[in-house]
Amino acid sequence: MDNTQIYKLSDNIISPLGMTAGDNLAAVLAGQSRLCLHHGLYDLPEDFCGSVLQREEVDGLFAAECGSGDYTFFERLCILSAARAIRQGGVDPTRRDVLFVLSSTKGNVACLADDPMDERCYIAGSAMRVAQFFGNPNEPIVASNACISGVCAQIAAVRQLLAGRYRTAVVTGCDTLSRFIISGFQSFKALSTSPCRPYDRDRTGLNLGEAAGTIILRTGGEADVDAGLWQFRACSIHNDANHISGPSRTGEGSYRVLRDILDRVPAGQLACVCTHGTATAYNDEMESIALHRAGLDTVPVCGLKGYYGHTLGAAGIVETIISMAALEQGVIPATRGYRAQGTTYALNLSDAVRRTDRLGFIKILSGFGGSNAGIAYVKGGRA
Amino acid sequence: MKTLSTLTITPAGATLNGTLLAEAGITGLYRRFVGDYPKFFKMDHLCKLGLLGAELLLKDFTPEEKERGAVVIFNRSGSLDADRHYQSTLAADNYFPSPALFVYTLANIVTGEIAIRHKIYGETSFYIMDARDDTAMQCILDSTLLTSDPSFILTGWIEYAGEDDYIADMKIMIQE
Repeated sequence: MDNTQIYKLSDNIISPLGMTAGDNLAAVLAGQSRLCLHHGLYDLPEDFCGSVLQREEVDGLFAAECGSGDYTFFERLCILSAARAIRQGGVDPTRRDVLFVLSSTKGNVACLADDPMDERCYIAGSAMRVAQFFGNPNEPIVASNACISGVCAQIAAVRQLLAGRYRTAVVTGCDTLSRFIISGFQSFKALSTSPCRPYDRDRTGLNLGEAAGTIILRTGGEADVDAGLWQFRACSIHNDANHISGPSRTGEGSYRVLRDILDRVPAGQLACVCTHGTATAYNDEMESIALHRAGLDTVPVCGLKGYYGHTLGAAGIVETIISMAALEQGVIPATRGYRAQGTTYALNLSDAVRRTDRLGFIKILSGFGGSNAGIAYVKGGRA
Repeated sequence: MKTLSTLTITPAGATLNGTLLAEAGITGLYRRFVGDYPKFFKMDHLCKLGLLGAELLLKDFTPEEKERGAVVIFNRSGSLDADRHYQSTLAADNYFPSPALFVYTLANIVTGEIAIRHKIYGETSFYIMDARDDTAMQCILDSTLLTSDPSFILTGWIEYAGEDDYIADMKIMIQE
């Protein structure tokens, strides 16, 4: 295990900002977003501001690249995103040493509206249909840990690769929006009716967004480090043990995650911490406390919810991929929506794209259930 | 890893390390073995089962041990029982979504409820499987130790399908 390296082989993002990781990065660096106010969507009595995929566009790409088949929109997104990353990575998904991992908070929950007993609402069934689409012979792993699922899925994959059970892991995160999900966040009074403003003094809540992301991880040796690939370095999951729907006032779980990771990755290697930054009053304040306690006040921080909204089970994967792609170009994305300090502790935030020559980052997430997770990657060799 | 103790809760009652503790339903078990945690009555069935299991399995652990513990739960249906309940509040002519119900539509809330009750600050994870597979579950638990060092793992399969059909099959494992 000591010599085993885990590196990123390929990736994909399907979002309202684009259908490849490259398209998405270009849109993010250009400051674009598809967050807008939706009136009457899903027959909701209240308007909401969100980032919603064009179903016809996704369906057209799916038909062209993946053919037909009886799949839900959620499953088509997972398959399309995985297919694009698999093709880019030259992976043979039918091999026994390839594992599929799915991150989703709610899968096909929208199907409940028509039939409370709809079998498609079992998320592992969706994961099986995705893996079987590619002819994969293994039982997929499904991580469902609310908002932190996307990092948990990467961690589950890393552990299986470290255990030597598989050589390649196709990690896909996805959630779609529905009456079910929007109404729930509205009932919490957590949603902003305008594009969200992470960490800003005038932030008024979060936006929800749709996306699918896939990151393919593979085990390798020292040669791959020299080849300048993104390597997994550290990960951690901790609970706040405080409240199921509110973050800890001391940032306890998030702080412990950061502390674990900093034991293995020196802060001097970090270009940035890509935070959760939902733009709710409590989340952003909690993260400022956790980052302060971890001694990361001066390390650049970026939050990506201003481009995508909170993409739930996709967030950890999409935001990891954007962080990698941006640092490869020598830049840290701007925190769209941020203007003025709005947390107790000042963070090193910017509403502009910043240059960096560092090639390491931590992706952190926090969520319902008091859960917190983080993962760190460093790019080997020369940029 | 080795198993320290096991606990099974079904409609027939609770069995700890092979010995029948009580023939009682979920509320009966709460009254007999917990009794002082009124938040219990706000929880969905998945959380109630997990909380009862944790209560019986963790009673001999110190606060220091619990702080470094991990909770890893598996099932097939996620939070589908709570999802159906919440969905029933979304009809066009009878629309009353509530945060108290919505929060339980996340499968991992059970791990959070256990962590809060016992002040467990370690890893909490929830995995969903197409069918119970003890070998695959053990592989995930074993691999958890590759990137973390918990004092114990409280784990198990918890499924609620109705008042006559539920199971919490839980155990405490420690590193050898």
